[in-house]
Amino acid sequence: MHSSSLVRALVVAMAAVFTAVACGTSSTGNAGSIKILAAWSGQEQASFFAVLKPWEDKTGIKVNYEYSRDLDALLTTRVGAGNPPDLAAAPSPTTLTNFAKQGKVIALDDKIDMTSLKANYSQSWIDLGTINGKLYETFSWVAVKGLIWYDPKNFQAKSYNVPNSWQSLMDLQSTIKGSGVTPWCVALESGSASGWPGSDWLKEIVLSQSGPSVYDGWVAGTQKWTSPEIKSAFTTWGQVLGANDSNVYGGKQFMLATNFGDGGTHMFDNPPKCYMHNQASFITTFFTSAVPSLQPVTDFNFFPLPDITAQYAGAHVVAGDSWAMFRDTSQARSLMNYLITADAQTIWVKRGGKISPNKQTALDAYPDPLTKESAQILVATKIAKYDATDQMPADMRAAAWKAVLDFVGDQSKLDSILKTLDGVQATAYK
Amino acid sequence: MDFSILLSDLPTLVVVIVGVPIVLAAYIVGGEYVVRRLPDKNRPQVRPWIWVGPAIFLVAAILFIPAIFTVIQSFQDNQGNFVGLQNYANQLADFPSGGAWIAIRNNIIIWLIFYTLFVLAFGLALAVLFDRVAYETVVKSLIFMPMAISSVALGVIWKFMFWYQPPGSAQTGTLNAIVTFFHHDPVAWLQDQWPNGLAILNNLALIGAATWGITGFAMVILSAALKGIPGELLEAARVDGAGEITIFRRVIFPLMMPTIVVVGTTLVIFALKAFDVVYVMTNGNYNTDVLAFRMYNLLYLSHNPAGASAVAIILLIAVVPVLIFNLRQFRAVEARR
Repeated sequence: MHSSSLVRALVVAMAAVFTAVACGTSSTGNAGSIKILAAWSGQEQASFFAVLKPWEDKTGIKVNYEYSRDLDALLTTRVGAGNPPDLAAAPSPTTLTNFAKQGKVIALDDKIDMTSLKANYSQSWIDLGTINGKLYETFSWVAVKGLIWYDPKNFQAKSYNVPNSWQSLMDLQSTIKGSGVTPWCVALESGSASGWPGSDWLKEIVLSQSGPSVYDGWVAGTQKWTSPEIKSAFTTWGQVLGANDSNVYGGKQFMLATNFGDGGTHMFDNPPKCYMHNQASFITTFFTSAVPSLQPVTDFNFFPLPDITAQYAGAHVVAGDSWAMFRDTSQARSLMNYLITADAQTIWVKRGGKISPNKQTALDAYPDPLTKESAQILVATKIAKYDATDQMPADMRAAAWKAVLDFVGDQSKLDSILKTLDGVQATAYK
Repeated sequence: MDFSILLSDLPTLVVVIVGVPIVLAAYIVGGEYVVRRLPDKNRPQVRPWIWVGPAIFLVAAILFIPAIFTVIQSFQDNQGNFVGLQNYANQLADFPSGGAWIAIRNNIIIWLIFYTLFVLAFGLALAVLFDRVAYETVVKSLIFMPMAISSVALGVIWKFMFWYQPPGSAQTGTLNAIVTFFHHDPVAWLQDQWPNGLAILNNLALIGAATWGITGFAMVILSAALKGIPGELLEAARVDGAGEITIFRRVIFPLMMPTIVVVGTTLVIFALKAFDVVYVMTNGNYNTDVLAFRMYNLLYLSHNPAGASAVAIILLIAVVPVLIFNLRQFRAVEARR
């Protein structure tokens, strides 16, 4: 008696759930859906959704978007559990390259429109996504690194000139320091990637000071960290930071404790806490969300990090978010094809903070003269090299970021820091 | 918030909501059915196994068998070749700053000692002091409240508490606001490796945050033990002329000892598996790494499961003595009853 009423209750419950199942499946359209994993949140996520909107409207495919600050870990778990997203966009290719080598990522050569890719992308971007002769990664939005941001009003008030050589940059920083203000704002905190903004400095210095062949050897793990070229990059950056980090607002504590996005905003304090901030082109989004009244060109502007060695003039480090396909579905193919078009890329370009690698993207699409200028720099760069640490094996990259934090903490420990890095280099590339 | 993802996988939902209870009910009913069919004298031998069966199965499947695989993997490289103790050698190389040594030091010395001591001392003091006031329930609820916060949220809250701005700027972090009020330079609590790069200060800052979160737990258990001490005993001591401090030292403390030891050993295990606070607040940088976080990094960032297994086993070896002690203590308490 008692048990039969229990059974009846269960039957009713199951019937209810199955009805729900039937309703659930019927309400999903037949265009299907796609799972995307990326690192964009907040304003960047809104921009990405704006990009997806026309594609979703046209195809009727539903996007399930997920983001994580800790993208590498989440992706590794999902891939390991056999539940990867259909597409993933990683801010650096290291993780995706790892998966590509393990055969977890799908080669794109016969999945996407290669003719349009080859017609519209420069070979270097295609090469960057190519592993063992097959294309695994594509780039939709990129950034130029090594841009020194400044507030033109502050420069004018003190009649500082924009430096056009490395020497004049060094002169400018000692002039600023002489006036009792720290010349630089540097901020290195970035969760599990803490230290990367400092590694940007080092890449730019290595490329501009010692040239592309040293840079390539450094990426490939054949150039030792203790070699004079790499050591010199550290000491050159040390000159920028000053003895005991005295050229930087707040010294080492501030550098280590402050998130990379917040570092530069102290240029706009009154009076300014610092005059210059080195960061890639995306940083404008952070400026304007911290101080909404700021206008490009009048309130913030940039100059490229001056050339160090004349022989390698016009060398720049670039980076970008790379896409990879983990599941070959018609929806994933369709979206991959859409994301390499100028139309898709222009939508975000217009919203600011990103540069399109597609040659068809009109320069007029850039919302302000500054992003347009950085896009022109990208086009005109004589020696373009992709972000070095982002191409190193994960262990090497993590050690390099940590080395930045250690170096900033105590510059006198440079030799032992470099020796540790050599030790990691010896095993990380196996 | 988009809940449509839940609906997109309805079969799983059905299995979880309906299937799991059905299977459990069927197991119990079926088990009893089998037991009833047995001769009377065999029933007491079989029934307990039917009831602990699912628990044994789960422990074996989720804990024991994976642990054995972890041990095996720690002796292999990432391609599955046997490499002997190489993974352990990598983790224990370059004493005192290389390999896992920083994490080992932080876990086994700083976290184990200070975290356990802080939580026990605060928990005991609060339990004893609040026992004497009328508004005990209210205060105890307040102290217990952080237990309801997830450790990640706790880390974020304390990150704001420890926030650093250079001298001369407005200090938005609570602690630095206090410190600068007394005309001291602000302190970068989480980054400052005082003294002399030994990184005691920032590790203590992390432990402080973790302590805030768990003190309520220790306090509630110790408070319950305190309530269990018969009032006549304390009265007898008072009649004999003992002061309150003497009563605490000579009567209350010894009687609470078994509980203190159990709470203490539990805290030691918490200290050894510290992860979330470190992950959120410093990411193991500035010499605040701990073993659990190093394991996580090796696995997910370095894609080095063999190295991660070795760290896991090191952690296991560190925990085992505590576990054994804890079990013995349980048995001793049981025996006294």
